[in-house]
Amino acid sequence: MTMSVPLVEVEDLSVNFVTRESDVRAVNGVNFTMMPGEVMCMLGESGSGKSVTMRALMRLLPPKRSVIRGRIRIAGQDVQAMGDAALRRMRGGTVSMIFQEPMTAFDPVVRVGDQIAEVVAQHRGVSRREGRRRALDLFELVRIPSPERRLDAYPHELSGGLRQRAMIALALSCEPKLLLADEPTTALDATVQIQVLILLRKLQQELGMSVIFVTHDLGVAAEIADRVAIMYAGRVVETGSVRDVLKAPLHPYTSGLLASTVHDQPRDRELETIPGAPPDMRNLPPGCSFAPRCPQAAGDCQLAVPPPVSPSPGRVARCLRVAGAQPLMEFA
Amino acid sequence: MSFATSPIWPPADPRDRGGPQQPLLMVRGLQKHFAIRNGVLGRVAAHVRAVDGVSFTVHKGETLGIVGESGCGKSTLARLLMRLIVPDAGEQIFDGDAVGVQGGISVKDLRRQAQMVFQDSSSSLNPRMPVQGSVAFGPMAFGMPKADATALARELLTKVGLNPALFGGRYPHELSGGQKQRVNIARALALKPRMVILDEAVSALDKSVEAQVLNLLQVLKRELSLTYVFISHDLGVVRWISDRVMVMYLGEVVEIGPADALYAAPKHPYTQALLASRPSMDPDRRREEAPVSGDPPNPVNPPPGCRFHTRCPHAERVCSARAPVLGDAAAGAHLAACHIQNPASGHSLAGRPVLPALH
Ligand SMILES: Nc1ncnc2c1ncn2[C@@H]1O[C@H](COP(=O)(O)OP(=O)(O)OP(=O)(O)O)[C@@H](O)[C@H]1O
Ligand SMILES: Nc1ncnc2c1ncn2[C@@H]1O[C@H](COP(=O)(O)OP(=O)(O)OP(=O)(O)O)[C@@H](O)[C@H]1O
Ligand code: SF4
Ligand code: SF4
Ligand SMILES: [Mg+2]
Ligand SMILES: [Mg+2]
Repeated sequence: MTMSVPLVEVEDLSVNFVTRESDVRAVNGVNFTMMPGEVMCMLGESGSGKSVTMRALMRLLPPKRSVIRGRIRIAGQDVQAMGDAALRRMRGGTVSMIFQEPMTAFDPVVRVGDQIAEVVAQHRGVSRREGRRRALDLFELVRIPSPERRLDAYPHELSGGLRQRAMIALALSCEPKLLLADEPTTALDATVQIQVLILLRKLQQELGMSVIFVTHDLGVAAEIADRVAIMYAGRVVETGSVRDVLKAPLHPYTSGLLASTVHDQPRDRELETIPGAPPDMRNLPPGCSFAPRCPQAAGDCQLAVPPPVSPSPGRVARCLRVAGAQPLMEFA
Repeated sequence: MSFATSPIWPPADPRDRGGPQQPLLMVRGLQKHFAIRNGVLGRVAAHVRAVDGVSFTVHKGETLGIVGESGCGKSTLARLLMRLIVPDAGEQIFDGDAVGVQGGISVKDLRRQAQMVFQDSSSSLNPRMPVQGSVAFGPMAFGMPKADATALARELLTKVGLNPALFGGRYPHELSGGQKQRVNIARALALKPRMVILDEAVSALDKSVEAQVLNLLQVLKRELSLTYVFISHDLGVVRWISDRVMVMYLGEVVEIGPADALYAAPKHPYTQALLASRPSMDPDRRREEAPVSGDPPNPVNPPPGCRFHTRCPHAERVCSARAPVLGDAAAGAHLAACHIQNPASGHSLAGRPVLPALH
C-alpha cells in the first residue's frame, strides 16, 4: 500500500460561499489522501461541509458564488485546472457520484435501461445496442432480479431498493476509479440497506474502486469503511482506521459523537448530547472550532487552530490534548 | 437541554374534549390506492396499493413509532392523517370526532390541531422566504399580527437550537439539511398543535444533533402536551422515542405492540428480519450475508395471501393461500399478522411462542 500512488489528494481545501451580506466558510482546510481501493466514510456534524467537499471534488459548486482554495488531485490530475472537456471526462468517467435520493439521478419519463445505455454510449463511444447490452450486465452486477424486464421500467415503477441499485448501476457504468456516495442508504429499510452495503463492499473489492461514503450512521461505517474521517466545522478533526476511531476515539468531538448515537439507551433518560451548537460558519472562533463545546478546553485551545498530530501510525487528530502526539510536519 | 415552561402555551388544554381516556386518534380500515395512468390517453393502467386497510389507535400523550421499508406507505399514511390526500375508504376519528364528515371535525380544524414535519426538508420550505418568515407564516395565515408571529418564530427557532440572530434571515439554500429540518420542526410547532406527525424528521441529522432534537422533541412533548406519530427507518431511534411501535409492509400493518416487547421478541418474521439486519457497530463482526434477501415486491401487484411470503424464511402453503389477520388492537396488545401467531392456521409453527432464529 505504502508504495502505491494516492488516487485522491486533497490539500488545504477551503470553500467560501459569498452571498450578499456574508461569507460562509463551509470548508476550512480539509486534508486527506486516499489510496486506490480504499473505502473512507465521512462522518460529522450536520453542516460541517461533507456534501460541499464532495461537490468540490466533482467541481459541482456554483462557480459565481463559491471561492475554492487549495488543491484537489484525482488520478494525478488537478481538478481545479481542468477545462470543460477534461471535466466531462472526469464526471461519470474517473469519478461518479450517488445521492441519497435516487430519483434525482434519473429522468422520470425515460426507461431506466435506456438512460443507462445512453450514458454508456456517450462515454464509451459505442452503439446504443452495445450500451443496452452493457446496461444488462450492470443490472446483473448489482443483483437486480429479472434484470431484462427491469431495464424497461420507468424509475417510479421500481421499489426504493431497486432504484438505489439502478443508480449504483448507473454510477458504475463507466467504471469509475472513485465513487462518491452521499448518504446513499439513508432512505432504505434495514433489510435492504444491509443488502446494498454488502453489495457495495463486494463490488468495490471486485472492481478495485475507491469509495468516499458520507453517512451519519456509525453502524454503516462499521460495516463498510476501511478508514473514517470525522468532520467538524469544515475541517477533518480526526482520521484513522474505522476500528481505531470507533473503539478508541482521540478527538473530544468524536467521543461526543459516539456517545450521542442512539443505541438501546434506556428510554426514560435523556440522550447524551454535545452541549451547545456548532459555530457560525461566517464567524469561526480563532482557535479550535470545537472549544466552545469541548469538556477539555483550556486557554491554549483558543490561541490557534490545533495542528494535526499523529500519536500512532495511520491516526491523525487536530486536538492539543491528544497524548504522545507527534506534529505532522507536512501539514503544519 | 431544558426549557423553562413557555408562557405561550398554558398547560391545561381547552381543546381536550374527550378526556385522557379518549384516544386522540383512531383509524379504521384506511385505504389509498393511487391510479397509474398510461401514455397520452391517460387511461388508468393499474393501482398502487399504497395504504391498504390500516387500523390503529394513538392515545393522548403517547408516541406511536412507525417503521417499514421504503415505499410501504408510511408517508402516504401520514398525508392521509393530515388529509393532504383524501382516503378511498376508512374512517379517522380525532378526539372523538370523525374527520371530514357532517357533524364531525372539519379538515381545517384538524390541520390546526395536527401538524406534520415532512421527510424532505429542502422542498418543504419556501426557497424565496427567509426561514424566520416561513415559521411566522402559519400563525399569520391564521390571523396572528405580524409582530407577534415574528416574536413567536424567533422563540421557536431558539427552542430548536438555531440562534434567530444568525439564522432567522437566511434562506433555505444557505442552511444544511439538519438546520433546515430544525426550521421545519419550529414551523410545525408555530400553530400550537396537539398532535405532530414526524415523517423521517431526524433522518437528515448527524448523531449529536439528532440526539439534541430527540431530547428537544421529548421536552416539547411534555411541555406542550403533544402526541407524536413518529415515522423513521432508524430502529434505534424509534425504540428510544416510542411507547408503541407499528411495523408496516406493503401498505399493511404487520405488527404492533409496546416498544420493548416488540424489540425483545418480535412476532412477525419481517420485524424479526428488520431487527436482525441492523448494522453490527463492530468492524470486526461485519455481516457477510443479509438475513433476508430480495426487495419488497411491487405494491401495484402485491403477492396473494401474506404479502411477505415471497421473502419469508418460514413461508408455507397456507401463507400464499390465505392472508393472515392482525386481530383487533386492544389497548397495548402486541399483535402480528402472521399465521404462526394463529394456533388454528394450519402453519407447522403455529402456536410457537417464539419465532425460530434467522441464520
Ligand atoms: N450554496 C450555499 N450557499 C451558502 N452556504 C452554503 C451553501 N451550501 C452549503 N452552505 C453552508 O455550508 C455549510 C456546509 O454544508 P454541507 O451541505 O456541506 O453540510 P453537510 O456536512 O453535508 O451537512 P448535512 O449532514 O446536514 O448534509 C453549511 O453551514 C451550509 O449552511
Ligand atoms: N402520488 C402518487 N402516485 C402514484 N404512486 C404513489 C404516489 N405517492 C406514493 N406512491 C407510491 O405509493 C407507495 C407508498 O409510498 P410512500 O411514499 O407512502 O412510502 P414510504 O413508506 O413513505 O417510503 P419511504 O420510506 O421511501 O419514504 C410507493 O410505491 C409509492 O411509489
Ligand atoms: S484542542 Fe482543546 S478545545 Fe479543541 S478539541 Fe482539543 S481539547 Fe477540545
Ligand atoms: S404468514 Fe407465513 S409468510 Fe407471512 S410472515 Fe407468517 S410465516 Fe411468513
Ligand atoms: Mg450533506
Ligand atoms: Mg416516506
